[in-house]
Amino acid sequence: MSRSVALLICLVGGLTMLVSPFLPMATGWANDVTDWFNILAAMAFVLGGGSLLKVQLMRLSARGPGWGYSAVTLLAFVVTLWVGLGKVGVVADPSAPTVAWSGKPDDEGSAFWWIYLYVMTPITSTLFAVLAFYVASAAFRAFRAKNLEATLLLATAFVILLGRTFAGVVLTGWLPDWASGLRLENLAVTIMDVFNTAGNRAIIIGIALGVASTGIRLMLGLDRSYLGGDA
Amino acid sequence: MTVGLTDQAPRQGMWWIGLFLVIAVLVAIRAGIGEGMGRVYVQTESTSYAPVTGDEGRVTWSVVAEGTAGAATIERELFRTAGQYRAAEAASPGQQAIRMSWDRTIGLWLAAFFTLAVFSFLAGDNPAYKFTESIVIGVSAGYWMVVAFWETLVPKLLANLAPDMVKAWCMPNLEGGLFHLDALIPLGLGIMLLSQLTPLGRHVGRWPLAFVIGTFAGLKMVSHVESDIIEQVRATMLPLVVVGDDGSFAVWASLRNMLIVVGVLCTLAYFVFSVEHKGAVGRAARVGVWFLMITFGSAFGFTVMGRIALLAARFEFLFIDWLWLIDPKGDRGMTVVATLVSCIVDMT
Repeated sequence: MSRSVALLICLVGGLTMLVSPFLPMATGWANDVTDWFNILAAMAFVLGGGSLLKVQLMRLSARGPGWGYSAVTLLAFVVTLWVGLGKVGVVADPSAPTVAWSGKPDDEGSAFWWIYLYVMTPITSTLFAVLAFYVASAAFRAFRAKNLEATLLLATAFVILLGRTFAGVVLTGWLPDWASGLRLENLAVTIMDVFNTAGNRAIIIGIALGVASTGIRLMLGLDRSYLGGDA
Repeated sequence: MTVGLTDQAPRQGMWWIGLFLVIAVLVAIRAGIGEGMGRVYVQTESTSYAPVTGDEGRVTWSVVAEGTAGAATIERELFRTAGQYRAAEAASPGQQAIRMSWDRTIGLWLAAFFTLAVFSFLAGDNPAYKFTESIVIGVSAGYWMVVAFWETLVPKLLANLAPDMVKAWCMPNLEGGLFHLDALIPLGLGIMLLSQLTPLGRHVGRWPLAFVIGTFAGLKMVSHVESDIIEQVRATMLPLVVVGDDGSFAVWASLRNMLIVVGVLCTLAYFVFSVEHKGAVGRAARVGVWFLMITFGSAFGFTVMGRIALLAARFEFLFIDWLWLIDPKGDRGMTVVATLVSCIVDMT
């Protein structure tokens, strides 16, 4: 019974979104359903936070190796929640200066803004920046021009990297005007405009076809893996 | 049993502590010479607002002169550069308009610590990196929960269930303000979703999950078919023979269009796995692989460039905002040469 209702909900929700572009009266339904979807997506963040709390508390109570890190995670989580939900340090919005809670939690000067600017942004951007070293090291070890395909990949990456830097401009700046298309900066533009456009377009079309077929399978109940268990 | 934050071998732990001590000493030396480092300045800006009743009795707030009767004042602290601080000090020594902000200065130093801690992972896993990693996990989870609450749950759910309360509490400009019975549906589904945290919630959580998956599938089907199939196919329908404005044959434009059309068709041929890649299909698929390799190569190049740009931004943060070693924008009013000279003079 529970599974059948779930499959019916999935079908109705999907069909509502599908028919809305074709039926004017269904546009309102689609807007409502989209709002509900957004609310549930927001609830999913709450679920994620609750799950994090549960897991870290379990690790903390088990006193396993590195339990102190769980305590740090919990503390960071609770403090962020407290300053964000409580709008600590937020001043009222100019459109309603007498309503203390009218300001946005991430307004400049608030504690939540402070956490975002001085904790979250530096850590996440440095984590991504560090990947530059690993990508370069992996490329150095893996890139070998063993065949035509590998050579094309290697040469393209080389042209794109050089063509977008001052070094590329200097290296091929001596080429005469009639061969200006071979200058690295122009070659990079041609690769992006022609070859990359064609390849990406085919990939995008392929993904869209995959999304459509998976969507149909989900709505028709042919794919029930999300229900878990022996579905 | 290993306790707390140290689950590494003692010798390795000592090595890391030694390294961080060396960095701390170097930073202390830098802080003690020249103009110092890593300070953030702010200026408090006060704005007064007075209520103005417009048509239909709607009240709006307008900026008025400070001290106006009935006006409400909002004070904000805004960033000021070290150069602006120095200029203000030169004009009026001991002034308090622009002052150092302790909370932002502490934040800047914390951000520098976190940046160095993440970079330290390049030399190997260590307690500082793990500590930073634990912090970002907790902060990220909290951050997205807070954003979801204020950006979605309050305006889309609570505002429909208790509009008067929400209007008085945090959304004074809320339009409409009517109770919507249908808002109970996402509330019910949301509670069922959250029940997954309880032992009995596994079965109850199926319904909201089915709703999310069904609507997401429908939403994405419409948008992908519209923008990723129809629009991309339309964009690929290019003239293979391009004629210029003067009626002449445009060789390069024609060649470009031909390459795009051939590239898309050949790459799609590679993705057709229901037909064996032999003969004409096989040859087309092989050409498609060449196009794919060029696409992946350019994607790789851009990924590396993006990461290096981020790396440069982090170094800029360390050397400009924190260490005050360089001043390319002239925010502190000190050229690189002036900074170095002042450091050398102080040291000697």
